[in-house]
Amino acid sequence: MNFNLIYESFFQILKGLGTSLEIIFLSLMLGLILSIFIVIMRLSKNMALNTFSRSFVFVIRGTPLLVQIYFIYYGLAQFPAVRDSIVWIVLKEPFWCGVLALTINTAAYTSEIIRSGLNSIIKGQIESATAFGMTKFMAFKRILLPQAIRQSIPAYSNEIILMIKASSLVSIITIMEMTGIARKIISKTFAPIEVFIAAGIIYLILNYLVTEIFKKIEKRYSIV
Amino acid sequence: MELLSFGDTGWGDEMLRACFMTLAVSLCAMAFGLVLAIPFVLMKLSQSWILKTFANFFTTIVRGIPELLIIYLFFFGSSAAIMYVASIFGYDGYIEINAFLVGAFCVGIICAAYSTEVLRGAVKAIPKGQIEASHAFGIRGSRMLFGVMIPQTLRIALPGIGNIWQLVLKDTALISVTGLVEIMRQAHVASGSTRNPFLFLVTAAILYLILTTISNKFFQKAETKYSKGFV
Repeated sequence: MNFNLIYESFFQILKGLGTSLEIIFLSLMLGLILSIFIVIMRLSKNMALNTFSRSFVFVIRGTPLLVQIYFIYYGLAQFPAVRDSIVWIVLKEPFWCGVLALTINTAAYTSEIIRSGLNSIIKGQIESATAFGMTKFMAFKRILLPQAIRQSIPAYSNEIILMIKASSLVSIITIMEMTGIARKIISKTFAPIEVFIAAGIIYLILNYLVTEIFKKIEKRYSIV
Repeated sequence: MELLSFGDTGWGDEMLRACFMTLAVSLCAMAFGLVLAIPFVLMKLSQSWILKTFANFFTTIVRGIPELLIIYLFFFGSSAAIMYVASIFGYDGYIEINAFLVGAFCVGIICAAYSTEVLRGAVKAIPKGQIEASHAFGIRGSRMLFGVMIPQTLRIALPGIGNIWQLVLKDTALISVTGLVEIMRQAHVASGSTRNPFLFLVTAAILYLILTTISNKFFQKAETKYSKGFV
């Protein structure tokens, strides 16, 4: 075991932290927004919207993320119609393909988290809120939403950790984030164990930080 | 559509064979992971802080590192390690480890880390009074373990294990980076040679959906069967 190499590659891989964080942050934010629309569709009485939302979540949760990344990166680029259209500006960049795949993936999982958060609230609460003269929107804003957010925080912190881990997959479509840089170093040094240990340490630190931050948030929003 | 036909002209039989490969790797990984989880559960439940810390160390690290990194580490790392040993004995060629074994091993380790948490939670969910009650009835040792603890642990852990199985099934797609011809790899190879990635990736997605849906149904049946008499 060459500790010097672990130390050196640690700082080299750290240069990819920016790209990794960009991908993680962008897809989490976009995914959260998308997931809210999916939940609204799921809760709507419109059959078409409901079925669409259900099948979206079913397909995304039932297939590996790698399939989704390949599908967006290779599958869509196959059609000349796609290459000539305006979406090609986004799809020709591996970076945006990665962000798009991760966004869609996390949106499906997050929508289930939000939905179960909403479901966990007893219906009587909404009824009593309306009995007290609150409008539907007011009851949603003051009663339903704060409780749903509190319910969802632990599961969402898990989802963030899953996304940090999933972001390593975009290295396969040539994006030079942390795992991508690690692979590049290996192809030069032929020392896989040391380099992957260095990369693993960075991911562990990242996940540890997320866990700690969310422990604080959970404490702040808990009722007890 | 003829690209997906069976026989020499199409990729249908290859895709189907790859589907069985995915299933085989997943089953091996799951079996290995569940067996590996047992000592870690015992360590987590033990009184000794050394064993507890060791088990916590294992689950934290495996769950905190990307799966892809674990697979890379073992796939490249194990052949590097074996080549090092071989070089001591005077062999300097390139040695590659069987991708199936490494893949099942890596996904098995990931599965073990998650299963440890699920099983530990299930053991903890059994009320302590039951152990006391079985002692009062004179049921002790292995009879208590196999008659009281294990059946209940399995029942409580079943939904969690179902989730882990889905995870394992999807994680095997990552083994494709090592060259093992499972669904993902076969789809990639087929798209490369036919220049029709869309078709083969959709096929791969459908195959995965079939696998996850069938196993979901299976676990749902098992849950209703084993939770008979419980509300």
